[in-house]
Amino acid sequence: MRADEVTKGPVLETRGLTKEFRGFTAVDNVNLQVQEGHIHALIGPNGAGKTTVFNLLTKFLPPTRGEILYRGQPITSKKSNEIAQLGLVRSFQISAVFAHMTALENVRVALQRQLGTSFHFWKSEKSLDHLNDRALALLEEVGLREYADTLTVEMPYGRKRALEVATTLALDPSMMLLDEPTQGMGAEDVDRIVALIKRVSQGRTVLMVEHNLSVVSRLCDRITVLARGAVLAEGDYDSVSRNPLVREAYMGSEAAEEASA
Amino acid sequence: MATSHTTEAVNLPSAVQERQRRAKFRRNMFYLALLAVGLVAPFVAYPVFLMKILCFALFACAFNLLLGYAGLLSFGHAAFLATGGYVTGYLLASYPGLTPELGILAGTAMATLLGALFGVLSIRRQGIYFAMVTLALAQLMFFVFVQSSFTGGEDGLHGVPRGSLFGVIDISSNLAMYYFVFAVFVFGFAVIQRTVHSPFGQVLKAIRENEPRAISLGYNVDAYKLLAFVLSAALAGLAGSTKTVVFQLASLTDAHWHMSGEVILMTLLGGVGTLLGPLMGAGLVVSLQHLLAQSPLGNWVSVILGIIFVVCVLSFRSGIIGELSKMYRKNFK
Repeated sequence: MRADEVTKGPVLETRGLTKEFRGFTAVDNVNLQVQEGHIHALIGPNGAGKTTVFNLLTKFLPPTRGEILYRGQPITSKKSNEIAQLGLVRSFQISAVFAHMTALENVRVALQRQLGTSFHFWKSEKSLDHLNDRALALLEEVGLREYADTLTVEMPYGRKRALEVATTLALDPSMMLLDEPTQGMGAEDVDRIVALIKRVSQGRTVLMVEHNLSVVSRLCDRITVLARGAVLAEGDYDSVSRNPLVREAYMGSEAAEEASA
Repeated sequence: MATSHTTEAVNLPSAVQERQRRAKFRRNMFYLALLAVGLVAPFVAYPVFLMKILCFALFACAFNLLLGYAGLLSFGHAAFLATGGYVTGYLLASYPGLTPELGILAGTAMATLLGALFGVLSIRRQGIYFAMVTLALAQLMFFVFVQSSFTGGEDGLHGVPRGSLFGVIDISSNLAMYYFVFAVFVFGFAVIQRTVHSPFGQVLKAIRENEPRAISLGYNVDAYKLLAFVLSAALAGLAGSTKTVVFQLASLTDAHWHMSGEVILMTLLGGVGTLLGPLMGAGLVVSLQHLLAQSPLGNWVSVILGIIFVVCVLSFRSGIIGELSKMYRKNFK
């Protein structure tokens, strides 16, 4: 079913997506189209509504108006967990791990959903042990094999973000929504995560919110710029970065850069 | 079967495996020791007193399953304890042919149903709102119990016959009764232990650790919380039913919101989120009440328990068992 729909149009599409909070319009009539296989970035100054768009797409917030379509099907009325079950899995701005579980258990919790035994309170945990190999393989993929038995709370920040990616991959999502995956990271960690995203995006579609423009330029096929809740510009990195409107929206930082250069 | 499973499925470093195996062995030995203590206890202490502790311990364990492992603070658990107690008491008093285990089963089933109803109405609320909804519903049940005729109203139910277990084992003697109560407690404890260490328990833990993330992994968290709530209500009902058979009475004390508060106290004092904490907490609170009731300080029970509660919350938040296990981990690992 998927294969023939792929060619027809965007994987994810919003039409007139709007979110109002008591008169304040956080997201204003956004029409977004994310193409299959793309790494699509959502950028914009602070308060532009990027994370709100994410919350709307994954139904962590209900939209005031507008429609969301996934592979041509409307998903506007679905619940957050149902959207995840469709293969649209998000990450969070602050690292979203299960702190008092080991890295292995973090990944395994994602894997166990497909077993359909997650309500079985009378079964032993050992019934999950056969998922360990797959979980270890996923940890290996993000370079965390040696952390398998470490409680997540004791892992360095950058590794937690990598663990989050492994947990997301465990669901084998067809589309990943990453909310500022490199936020608060040192340069070394950023490089590692960029390489990781590049690698795991093979065969998948990625929509990411990102502040770090060098990350965006290295990774993304297409960029949508949001400002004050509305789409300001869209295109590839070069055309967006030359757009005077975008430069104006970012003027604070641009001007500072030019002054120091 | 258990050992073959661990060896083939996990290819973790063997040191870790060895450590886990040893920890598991120690834990099993510890539980065996506790079991032995439980079996010998009635020859050392007064069985009725021990049965009271066991009933409240089961109640606290049930409460702890919800607070400690699902992160939900219910302020209405008295309703389930009382429902179990009243239903069992009424049935056993009205139908002399009914054996006690069937009476207990019926009381537990009723508490489970009530738990499902309460759960459906409250589970979507978060934090303090959840506590308030459960409290309100429990107060509603209190009103029902006061007004209904089958509960005996203000007087309660008295002289509930203990009868014979399965119609053959006479449990009118306190010693025989004790072993039955002990078996019920062990069963309840085992159910909780298994629930915590089950695939369901893993998801519950994930929800408690990070609910939005659990949702984004595709879990319908409300359904998991609801199941935890119903299980907790069922075990609270089991505790209430058993208690009625032990003391041969059911009264409004069990339905009062004081009881919902007391179980919170027991659980926090012993250590929330630890398997043994509620047992410890219940033992301590019941013993204190017992001791103080006979001393000149009898009228000060609530004040003294209140002070203990405040001290506990301020200075050792993880409770007695929680602090002990922290100390153990620091010094012996």
